[in-house]
Amino acid sequence: MLRPLIALAFSLSILAACQSTPTAPGEVTTPGSSTASSAPVSTELEQLKTQFVQNYAQNVYLNYQDAYDHAVKLQTAIDAFLAAPDAAKLEEAKTLWLLARNPYGQTEGYRFYEGPIDSEDGPEGQLNAWPMDEVYVDYVQGQSDAGIINQVEAYPEITVDLLKSLNEQGGDKNISTGYHAIEFLLWGQDLSVDAGAGERPFTDYTTAANAERRGAYLKAATALLVSDLQSLVEAWAPDQDNYRKSFVETDAAVSLGRILKGIGTLSASELSAERMATPLDIGDREEEHSCFSDNTHNDIIYNAQSIRNVLTGEYKITGSDDTHQGVGLLALMEVANADLAERLKASSDKTLTLTQAIQAPFDQEIRPENEAGKARVLAAIQELQAQGRLIVEAGQVLGIQVNTDL
Amino acid sequence: MKSPVQAYSRFWIYAAGVLTLSVSACAPEVPPVPQSALPSSAAPQEALQAEDQTAARSGGRATVFDAGQEAFSHRIPNPDLQHRTQFFTGESLFDQNWVAAPASTVARDGLGPVFNARSCAACHGKDGRSNPFLSESEADQALLVRLSADTSNPQQDQQPHAYFGGQLQPFALPRLAGEGTLRMSWLPQQGTYADGETYTLMRPEFQVEFATAESVPSALFSVRQSPQLVGLGLLEAIQEADILKHSDPDDQDGDGISGRPNQVWDIATQRTVQGRFGWKANQPNVQQQVAGAFHGDLGITTSLFPVEDITPWQEAQQTKDFGGSVPNGKDGDISELPDRLLERVTFYIQNLAVPARRRVSAPNVQQGERVFAQLKCQACHVSSYRIQTDQGPDTIMPYTDLLLHDMGPDLADGRPDFLASGQEWRTPPLWGIGLIKTVNGHTRFLHDGRARNLTEAVLWHGGEARASQQAFTRLSKTERQALIAFLESL
Repeated sequence: MLRPLIALAFSLSILAACQSTPTAPGEVTTPGSSTASSAPVSTELEQLKTQFVQNYAQNVYLNYQDAYDHAVKLQTAIDAFLAAPDAAKLEEAKTLWLLARNPYGQTEGYRFYEGPIDSEDGPEGQLNAWPMDEVYVDYVQGQSDAGIINQVEAYPEITVDLLKSLNEQGGDKNISTGYHAIEFLLWGQDLSVDAGAGERPFTDYTTAANAERRGAYLKAATALLVSDLQSLVEAWAPDQDNYRKSFVETDAAVSLGRILKGIGTLSASELSAERMATPLDIGDREEEHSCFSDNTHNDIIYNAQSIRNVLTGEYKITGSDDTHQGVGLLALMEVANADLAERLKASSDKTLTLTQAIQAPFDQEIRPENEAGKARVLAAIQELQAQGRLIVEAGQVLGIQVNTDL
Repeated sequence: MKSPVQAYSRFWIYAAGVLTLSVSACAPEVPPVPQSALPSSAAPQEALQAEDQTAARSGGRATVFDAGQEAFSHRIPNPDLQHRTQFFTGESLFDQNWVAAPASTVARDGLGPVFNARSCAACHGKDGRSNPFLSESEADQALLVRLSADTSNPQQDQQPHAYFGGQLQPFALPRLAGEGTLRMSWLPQQGTYADGETYTLMRPEFQVEFATAESVPSALFSVRQSPQLVGLGLLEAIQEADILKHSDPDDQDGDGISGRPNQVWDIATQRTVQGRFGWKANQPNVQQQVAGAFHGDLGITTSLFPVEDITPWQEAQQTKDFGGSVPNGKDGDISELPDRLLERVTFYIQNLAVPARRRVSAPNVQQGERVFAQLKCQACHVSSYRIQTDQGPDTIMPYTDLLLHDMGPDLADGRPDFLASGQEWRTPPLWGIGLIKTVNGHTRFLHDGRARNLTEAVLWHGGEARASQQAFTRLSKTERQALIAFLESL
């Protein structure tokens, strides 16, 4: 999710440990406290670090490729739907949107260090920003002629370039593109107090006012999604002069710091706090990221899996048995500090179990009167935060200061 | 009509300009990093000696040692999990954009109908102050224009402007009209130090263009930039008596400085109390400041400000122009931001820690601190207070007296605000000012951001500060630089 000016923060507060300088910029310490212990000098460990970084880069690539492939499948289904809209093809498009979210959710651990996804001109805000500004895009309850789709005079033609220029504009930002815009155009507003997703009829694309323009919007938003994912695949593709090249060629400690910052921040802050604890605290329905489709429980599971993948060094291609295996953080930690490796593995196991135990839909799980649901969410939050602390600890063992604040 | 969705790309442009990376320190151990990932590196910070750590702790226990981009965004250290959660919820509501109602995300809707920004963070980027002057045509999004009716009778209480209310909201929901645009131009103004060196200040000329063809009743207006938000909870904790101690409305001590507290309306308690927040100290506490900003800047109602900032004239106009009533956010009497969530955002703001000072023992900084005293800057920029916190007594160093001072005609906005006259401004706290550049990528100071750096900010001082300003111009260059070095260490 985009956190606008915070997303700029990326203060990659990863510092090679340095005991003589307790107050380096970006590092928050209290005076007198010592920073990380220096990394044990070990050839084996150094080799593992390099292998870990290389394997991480390969998994990132496979993961974005997977997300891209599923976005293309979604695009095909949307094209088919728009060619001859009917209820069945709308359902098919929704199914493929849900499937496409799974690989993307696993990429979110690659954020927070100013990599290709969320560097200053990275596509994160265009791909996955939240909350959706529904009335900015299309009609909403009580405003039948709202949104870019229905403003024929202001926006005579709906194109990819138009959407790019309108996303995150106006004061600071409107959200009008990305997964959640497509989700809104497929499902429609979810105004139900009880369980139930949005119920947009397929006739929105046939007989409804501005049906063709709505179709053009959906098509353009999907094309933009595909091209943004394509750019990420290219940034991480092997044997190219790209981000990946500099990532694997830089000193392993720097890339290692970024990797830990990514998964640590996802675990300790973005997923557990921003996406789970905040909704739980606010307790409002639809305080959830995939609110139109009620798919937030899966977002959480696949975000947790994102962290898991970096720990195990594995990536499993969505919907297939192909699994890429390599050196993960756990393998590295087994050499550096076996006890910590074990605790991290145990926490990760628990995290997966607890996130999977959250019942769908998430917006019902966090209702103020749903004590059991809230307890399930809270348990997962606590374990994710514990896992975040262990990732910080792993950094210390490797001589890296990791700041997991957003 | 101006479409509300023209190219407003400035925040991203601005963002791109300030990306520096706080990876640094201990050069031998930090390997080179690829250019593609790291735009630039921050200046390394000197290690602090133990005895300097006390001096560096501007916020007492609520001090954080981070001189990087996130310097303003840290929570006051507190181990309580509840503390962290509440802070985080507040932060989320502060950072994320608000959307028009009705949206599925009920807790995040209610924006407008007119507004200055879609999120708090838009103007308080990284809890600091977003750059007001990206270009002359793009002032609308970080400079705020307060409005009031132009009453010729100075005894009369200030009233909102009959057409456009208490502030200019340049943006509106789709199919509604924003209220207008702020135009500005600059007049260079030469000056000379006693040592013969010349300087040029840039005097801003502001003009508000209202978005209506009708003739608009004359308005008083005042242009404000957003301040950094660190340490507001600590300022709130200063005892009223400790503020009054520095008050000298009739200048009985004859030092030419006559600070006085503003007296403002506290909505929650329905009484007049001391004002201490805002450029004119027109808000009594953090909560009302926050609720006021939600109301005025975002168009989000709260129990403190339950009615949208739309005048009857605007209602009539919008109905005429758009053939329907103005969308008013939530139905009925529901606050768009319920009290519980207002409390979260207030909590967040109250718990933003103060960044530690840097280079406190550097010789030029210490010399600058002596110059600061010699110029009597601390007569208004009062350095320290004892406060009571949840964790016991503490000493903070905000460098403000929270009082109003006549700053002379050059800085005057001519718009009274409660007791504050058109020439009076509240002494702003100085903690954090040396980090604005790192955090927000600019060095714009004073209420309307006219000063392009700290030296210019000093030179603009007039009125009660005239003698200090004059003394500054008589300093040697080394002394002037030392004073600035001291200010930059704050």
